[in-house]
Amino acid sequence: MSPTAEQITFAVFAVPLLLTAIGVVVSKSPMYAAMNLVAAFFFLAGIYVLLSAHLIAFMQILVYAGAVMVLFLFVIMLLNLGGGGEEQERPKAMQVLGVAGAFALVLLVGYATREVMNADSAVVPADFGTVKAVGRALFTQYLLPFEATSLLLLVAIVGAVVVAKEKI
Amino acid sequence: MVPVNWFLVLAALLFGIGLIGVLTKRNALIVMMCVELMLNAANLTFLAFARQQGAIGGHAIAFFVIAVAAAEAAVGLAIIIAIFRTRGTVNMDEVRELRDEV
Repeated sequence: MSPTAEQITFAVFAVPLLLTAIGVVVSKSPMYAAMNLVAAFFFLAGIYVLLSAHLIAFMQILVYAGAVMVLFLFVIMLLNLGGGGEEQERPKAMQVLGVAGAFALVLLVGYATREVMNADSAVVPADFGTVKAVGRALFTQYLLPFEATSLLLLVAIVGAVVVAKEKI
Repeated sequence: MVPVNWFLVLAALLFGIGLIGVLTKRNALIVMMCVELMLNAANLTFLAFARQQGAIGGHAIAFFVIAVAAAEAAVGLAIIIAIFRTRGTVNMDEVRELRDEV
């Protein structure tokens, strides 16, 4: 069985995604970690398009790779941490625990989803995941959570200013 | 057609990498970046199941996760700035004022 075009596209995005995600963890400097994370967000947006989640892929680039990462870079430069390379690691026991836990999680998911593999995907309408379809769901079925999100963002803005500012 | 469990295993790997980072790194900024990785892994799982079930609700949840992650990044980075200002460090093991000294 030769791989289909979709499967090749999946590999083209998934392999660099995992490599850049590992790059975030192994980077000594927060600046390199942030750059790896930007790249990871872009590759993840490609994976989202494969899942016909066009709006979410667009928001991934706009909100994550745009706004959130600019915030991270701004703080790294504000605190002048870009050059400082001497990151001491946690005790060895903690590292072993982390790696073992992560492996156990992957094995668990692989085991739990072995039956999902054979389940056929639903045939979705052509406009699945477009702005129109997601917007209709957001403004009908999910209207209350959507409005609550605006309140959450307001609280976050006020909270961030209060916490970060020396004198109000 | 890409089988849905490819996406699920990819999400698990991504979550695992983020978990390793959270447990092993000491720099608070890198720990927060790893938390973002874990949130993205959760998003990928939502979208994979939304595609499989043909349910648009998964996309709405992913939208809310992105909004919560943005709020979390803003507040978290503000706390890191406040800690850096008072203690001059972003090393999480040096911030232990609430810990009971033995």
